[in-house]
Amino acid sequence: MNNLTTYLAISAILFLLGLLAMMTRKNAVSVLMGVELVLNSAGLNFVAFNRFNGGGVNGQAAALFIMIIAAAEAAVALAIFLNLYRLKATAEVDKADTLQW
Amino acid sequence: MLSLALYILLAPLAAFTIVIFFGRKLPRNGDFVSLFAIWSGLAASLYLFFTQMLGHYDPNFALNYRFDWLVWGSYTLKIGIALDNMSMMMLVVVTLVSSLVHLFSTGYMKGDPKYHRFFAFLSFFSFSMLGLVLADNLLVIYAFWELVGLSSYLLIGFWHEKEAPPNAAKKAFVTNRIGDAGMLMGILICFGALGTLNLVDIKSGVAAGHLTGGLLTAAGILLFMGAVGKSAQFPLHVWLPDAMEGPTPVSALIHAATMVAAGVYLVARLFPILTPDASLVIAYVGGFTAIFASTIAVAQNDIKRVLAYSTVSQLGYMVMALGAGAYMAGFFHLVTHAMFKACLFLASGSVIHAMHHSLHHIHSHADPQDMRNMGGLKKYMPVTFWTFLIATMALAGVPFFSGFLSKDAILGGTLAFAMEHPKHWLLPVFGFSAAGLTAFYMFRLIYLTFYGTFRPGEEAAHHLHESPRSMTTPLITLATLSVFVFYAAPAFNPTTPAGGWFATLFPTPERAYAMEVKHEGHEGGGSNSEVTESAESTVGTDHSQLSTLNSELPEHAEAVNSEHSFNSSHSAHLEHLAHNWAMLISILVAGLGIWVATLAYYKWTIDPEKWRLRLGVIYRGMYNKWWSDEIYDATAIKGTLGMSRFLAWFDGAVIDGVVNGSAVVTRGVSFVNGWFDNKVIDGLVNLTATFVGFWGHFVRSFQTGQVQRYVLYTLAGIGIVLVIVLV
Repeated sequence: MNNLTTYLAISAILFLLGLLAMMTRKNAVSVLMGVELVLNSAGLNFVAFNRFNGGGVNGQAAALFIMIIAAAEAAVALAIFLNLYRLKATAEVDKADTLQW
Repeated sequence: MLSLALYILLAPLAAFTIVIFFGRKLPRNGDFVSLFAIWSGLAASLYLFFTQMLGHYDPNFALNYRFDWLVWGSYTLKIGIALDNMSMMMLVVVTLVSSLVHLFSTGYMKGDPKYHRFFAFLSFFSFSMLGLVLADNLLVIYAFWELVGLSSYLLIGFWHEKEAPPNAAKKAFVTNRIGDAGMLMGILICFGALGTLNLVDIKSGVAAGHLTGGLLTAAGILLFMGAVGKSAQFPLHVWLPDAMEGPTPVSALIHAATMVAAGVYLVARLFPILTPDASLVIAYVGGFTAIFASTIAVAQNDIKRVLAYSTVSQLGYMVMALGAGAYMAGFFHLVTHAMFKACLFLASGSVIHAMHHSLHHIHSHADPQDMRNMGGLKKYMPVTFWTFLIATMALAGVPFFSGFLSKDAILGGTLAFAMEHPKHWLLPVFGFSAAGLTAFYMFRLIYLTFYGTFRPGEEAAHHLHESPRSMTTPLITLATLSVFVFYAAPAFNPTTPAGGWFATLFPTPERAYAMEVKHEGHEGGGSNSEVTESAESTVGTDHSQLSTLNSELPEHAEAVNSEHSFNSSHSAHLEHLAHNWAMLISILVAGLGIWVATLAYYKWTIDPEKWRLRLGVIYRGMYNKWWSDEIYDATAIKGTLGMSRFLAWFDGAVIDGVVNGSAVVTRGVSFVNGWFDNKVIDGLVNLTATFVGFWGHFVRSFQTGQVQRYVLYTLAGIGIVLVIVLV
């Protein structure tokens, strides 16, 4: 059970759950949580490959990068959502439809 | 010589241009300009006459000047001036009579408010007539023919404020035009068959056989139609008596001496190409006209009408002569007639002028031209009387006068023709009867006008006086030229023009066409002789059946061409015989006419009134010009008017109906078009728009602005790509 496939599967399940959250949650913060899940699943993939298919620490370095970028991106996203709240008095992403045709 | 001829032609034209525009501003209304132009033209013509014509004394003398006028493609139309004996003779006649008429008009038209216009028109007419006689091709002749007709129209209708002259002018022009239509067809036939309109080339073309038989006859007759119109032959004679509405100098110049002679001149020019059939038609038309008009003249009371019908009759004589082959006689009569007829008209103008004065003084509105209002003028107007008498004797054919020579030559020629072709006996009958009647009515005129007592009375007679010198000088000149001496030199034979310069210089031209040989065994190829005129028409030698006239042996002359010979030696003998008989008969007949006139109107032993009643219908016919105008009115005029009414109806009802109908159809079609455009085309366009709108709406609906929806689309896209890649 301790093989690559298991980790890839777990990573895939996490990815899909994150995607699901991104697509279906009404609250902006919930969408962000989903994004975090997706990004972290990608990091998990990197680490898994690093452990089972090669030496060195490239994979782990990549995972670290991902976490940093995720943090930065979350900050930016939250800034955007704050602006959205100021504009629309609501945190629901459904209501951000000004770019509708 | 060319420059002289051009000067003669163009000086009157220049005079016309000057006088018509500036005449009123010039002293004496500019008549001296016209007078100078025509008198200098006369001097030049006389110079040409004496040096070239009498100087060379050659019947074939001819100077031709040609220049290119129109060039198109490979064809060049050349026109030019022909100075041969005939043109030089005509130049003298035209300029002489015109000069004398110009001089006469200074007296006759004095005081007329449009005096300068009269002289301008006289100059214009002189130019046109001179152009006609100088032209060497039919096209230019036709152009000047029309110009002469125009001048006649302008001059006849000169007093256009009155009612009758404009109608007479129109009548003259339209009647002329009818003849000209025929003439144009003749010209076109010549051009179509021969490719040229030059008179000399036409003759050589006909001689070469390019235009023969029926078509040549037709061309001859059609060209003669022009002469019928211009020279007032029956049936187009109706305009000439009405043309007397114009001033008398106009009648003298145009309707006696020159314009009406243009028709005869044309026939004389065309003489070589007239076939025997065409010549017969011409002879009969002329002969009939001669007798027809003289019967009418007998019953007329207006002095100018008598002279007008006399002119028609004399022109008939000339035409008959040319038709019968008596070329010299016809042309000779043209020249002598110009002189004495102009004299007669001018003298009658002098009479009318005096009558006008005297009737005006007694406040009478009687017609100054009616002979019944005259009488005894002999003692009041002696010069007029004597010149009138001399000219009358010339016209009546009294021996020792010029008219006797020419009329006698015509009658002799006609008689010779009839002797040779006995079935045409009617022609000399016409000729001699007309001669008798001519003598009768002319002396009737003299007696009624100059003898007896002045009918309006003593009071009016006091105001009668002889005309001024400007009017009597031309009379004296023309009367002098009516005696035989001038024409018979150098032979001075009062009985015949033969031997005189005229007969020598104007011999009958040879016919240009080939005539068919009737004699079976005769192969005429051996003897071909040349035509004597200008050596330009030679008979083609290819045809084996050709023969020209003088090449016949005398014994063949009667068997062959017995129907058609004109100049064989046989007929030369006949002409001499006929001439003597004709002289005898004509003196008899003229004497008879003069005697009857004397008995009726001088001695009054024959009562004209009784004869008027006795002749009944015949008299009324003569008096009413045999109802020519009435017949034309009932047939041609009413016919034309009826046809125009019909055509007007047709145009209004049928043509306009079609046009209107097509308009209705167009409106209907455009209505259908419009509906189609509105409903169908616009419908399609709207459909397309709606279609596009619908799809646009649909596609637009994908863009909701909600990011989560976009994420879903991305996922869907990834799925599709995966499916495509893996399957």
